[in-house]
Amino acid sequence: MAESFQVAVLGAGPGGYAAAFYAADLGMRVALIDEEKNPGGVCLYRGCIPSKALLHVAKVVDEARHASDWGVTFGEPAVDVDKLRAFKQGVVDKLTGGVGSVAKLRKVTFLQGRGTLTGPTSLKVSGPGGETEVRFEHLILATGSHPTRVPSLLLESPRMMDSTSGLELPDVPKSLLVVGGGYIGLELGSVYATLGSRVSVVEMTPGLLPGADRDLVGVLEKRLKKLFAAIMLNTKVVKVADEGSGIRVTFEGDVTEKEQVFDRVLVAVGRRPNSEIPGLEATRVKVDAKGFIETDGQRRTAEPTIFAIGDVAGEPMLAHKASHEARVAVEAIAGHKAVFEPQAIPAVVFTDPEIAWCGLTEAQAQAEKVEIEVAKFPWGASGRAITVDRPEGLTKLVLEPGTGRILGVGIAGSGAGELISEGVLAIEMAATAEDLKLVIHPHPTLSETLMESAEVFFGQSTHVYKPRRKPVAGGR
Amino acid sequence: MIEFKIPELGENITAGDVTRVLVSVGDTIALDQPVVELETDKATVEVPSSVAGVVRDIRVKKGDKVNVGAVVLTVDGAPATDAPRAQATPQTAAPEPAAPETTAPSAPALPPGPTRIVPMPGRPVPETAPPPVAPSRLDGERPPAAASPAVRRLAREIGVDINAVHGTGPAGRISQEDVKEHARRILTGASAVPAGAPAARAARPLPDFQKWGEIERQPWSNIRRTTAEHLTHAWTTIPHVTQFDKADVSAMEKLRKEYKDQVAAAGGNLTITAMLVRVVATAVRKFPQFNASLDGERGEIVYKKYVNVGVAVDTDRGLLVPVIRNADGKNLMEIAVELHRAAERARDRKLSLEEMSGGGITISNLGGIGGTYFTPIVNWPEVAILGVSRTAMEPVFRDGQWEPRPMLPLALSYDHRVIDGADAMRFMRWVVDAIEQPFLLSLVG
Repeated sequence: MAESFQVAVLGAGPGGYAAAFYAADLGMRVALIDEEKNPGGVCLYRGCIPSKALLHVAKVVDEARHASDWGVTFGEPAVDVDKLRAFKQGVVDKLTGGVGSVAKLRKVTFLQGRGTLTGPTSLKVSGPGGETEVRFEHLILATGSHPTRVPSLLLESPRMMDSTSGLELPDVPKSLLVVGGGYIGLELGSVYATLGSRVSVVEMTPGLLPGADRDLVGVLEKRLKKLFAAIMLNTKVVKVADEGSGIRVTFEGDVTEKEQVFDRVLVAVGRRPNSEIPGLEATRVKVDAKGFIETDGQRRTAEPTIFAIGDVAGEPMLAHKASHEARVAVEAIAGHKAVFEPQAIPAVVFTDPEIAWCGLTEAQAQAEKVEIEVAKFPWGASGRAITVDRPEGLTKLVLEPGTGRILGVGIAGSGAGELISEGVLAIEMAATAEDLKLVIHPHPTLSETLMESAEVFFGQSTHVYKPRRKPVAGGR
Repeated sequence: MIEFKIPELGENITAGDVTRVLVSVGDTIALDQPVVELETDKATVEVPSSVAGVVRDIRVKKGDKVNVGAVVLTVDGAPATDAPRAQATPQTAAPEPAAPETTAPSAPALPPGPTRIVPMPGRPVPETAPPPVAPSRLDGERPPAAASPAVRRLAREIGVDINAVHGTGPAGRISQEDVKEHARRILTGASAVPAGAPAARAARPLPDFQKWGEIERQPWSNIRRTTAEHLTHAWTTIPHVTQFDKADVSAMEKLRKEYKDQVAAAGGNLTITAMLVRVVATAVRKFPQFNASLDGERGEIVYKKYVNVGVAVDTDRGLLVPVIRNADGKNLMEIAVELHRAAERARDRKLSLEEMSGGGITISNLGGIGGTYFTPIVNWPEVAILGVSRTAMEPVFRDGQWEPRPMLPLALSYDHRVIDGADAMRFMRWVVDAIEQPFLLSLVG
């Protein structure tokens, strides 16, 4: 049986389903193809969403523990792992089911199965419902990514986990080694540590969260040092062996104990694009050396009928980047001159405290020799931060000298992920520090730290006394 | 089916008005055969076809404004088969061709929003890989254009490079209005405002002229607009000084009458203007600062080692300035012939842009119509212009008595940044002397 569509979307993650829905909203006949029962992809099934459910619980546990400092003692929390897992699964089912019914409402044809390209305008889907031939005018590849597998860490053992199995929460091991100090490792490590595991983190580079500004990472690191049993930097795992009762791990680098045994090992060393799409060779689509599908600014591949978005189309591999690209690709298909040209893509690490940044980072400015000014507001001076007993945060602006135009924003602290959007908006609107300081922010909130960091730029912050070294032109 | 598109027409020429379509559907056209006549900013050009075959479809008509790259017509080329199509789908499984022509934009327009002011053309046929659409730069060299996403989208939709737009907002922020203004400037052939230049003054509203009687509105032609822009630029950037003098043209008139038939036989017209071209060409060799340009950016004055003299020609569509090249190396006969032909070509709209560029100094002679003196505007980037009015018999006190003499009024406008008043007076005196004693040209020229 052959069906014809104006747009077919392969992969139903936050990029794929956003593309399918938007195309349907524009009046196109759309097919959405995925192996899962419902749309959602890694993000909903085994990424952003389940991890955030667990991190929320971890935060509650942590606050309950800290409540004794505030005069309220709950006693040591008892964790029912089965029930916690069920809560997380409930969240996932609710969201994926919800997206599935929204697909139906929009009359998007959802085809469950594996897609194999048969040419630049056709593919076939093999799934539980048999084989379906799909003809399309345009195809959007949104096949996502998978956890990177490192040869030295390939060991068939139930004690070895990747981010997917880690989120399954098989148990709360006594000891856990997290390989990789990136955001996935730190988020999952935080969950397990709060639930009671002795967590050690090993990172190959000299610092956690490579790419993020050090002052922001410093805020998190201070807390993680208390939460984790060990953070081993400049260290590599060279060997893992299953000893039945645990995994023996051999390290190389800045660590004294070169061999340690852990109950479980979680490998979170990054993700690789899913560009090994069956039948891709039947098209002119090109894949680069890193495995990303090559696209132009509209996310069109070398095959004019085929677009690619999301993780499979390049860094940063973030759900919100994928959904934005989805709209660009669909608009391009609809004949509009849309181009993917964000000036800031926010990145959020959902640890506690959170770290979030967007636009130009200080490190990037330094590497590219861009002249910038930096204005920082420490949360120790924020009323709101003190009331929630989280004064360790930091808000900073990366600014263009002279004009004070906001080029980048970085926030470390509780709720940074929610706060960063104001920074993204400021950058996209080409706002200046003066704009930000002239916008009234509600008191007492953490959002005031953005306004006050703008005031710091002018040496006029209400709550931080830090006069400007040189007078600002115009006597602002 | 092969398309013929408007080719590159010359530097800074992006569009033109169709003044004539020279072929019809069904005609067989040859390579290089002119198919359409365009009035561009500066000249009327016949556009030769780069394709041959039977005209199947003509996509432009008289009065259309077309851009470089616009499709003019399509022809059925020689062996028109489906061969190229088969090549585009190198599939052994032979899937149905995409049949792109039938896939008209299937989506309804996006929800109306403030940025969606330009109707979108149909989706381009994805026959081959489309030109890459580059995202705006996000590199370290300069910060990205200070424009919100909606403004950037507007710019892209209407084909404006957001990085070239001058923002009038705080910290150079670019508004929708800035983008539209930039587009207007491009469309009217005016150069975009360079970054840092003061914002263009907003046009003041006009009164309702019909209140006082009948009016007629006519389109502002490209030539008029370009002239306006050019003169505004010259007038606002050059500190002008104009000085006046008179030359006794008895001797020159005598020579003119004597040789004009000989020149006419050679296909020229021995006019005062032609003779003045020769005089001025020699004068600027004596006074090189009159054949110079100011490069303010680099803080230098550019002296030209060649002598090209522009001559303003009045045509029914406005002022055109053909340039007589290397006028200092040509004899009067050659100049007279060349100028005569250039003026004819100007009036027949045949003058090419090339023929109107590269001038070093300009002569504007209104004497054929009348007048005593006028103050010409320097033809930037030149630094001087000689304005010529009508010769009149005047009493001149000569050798102790009054004599009637034919006196030619001259006005010299110059860029005071490059030329001093005293030098200008010396230059003028040299010109007057050369007119009064034409032999000087041969003697010292």
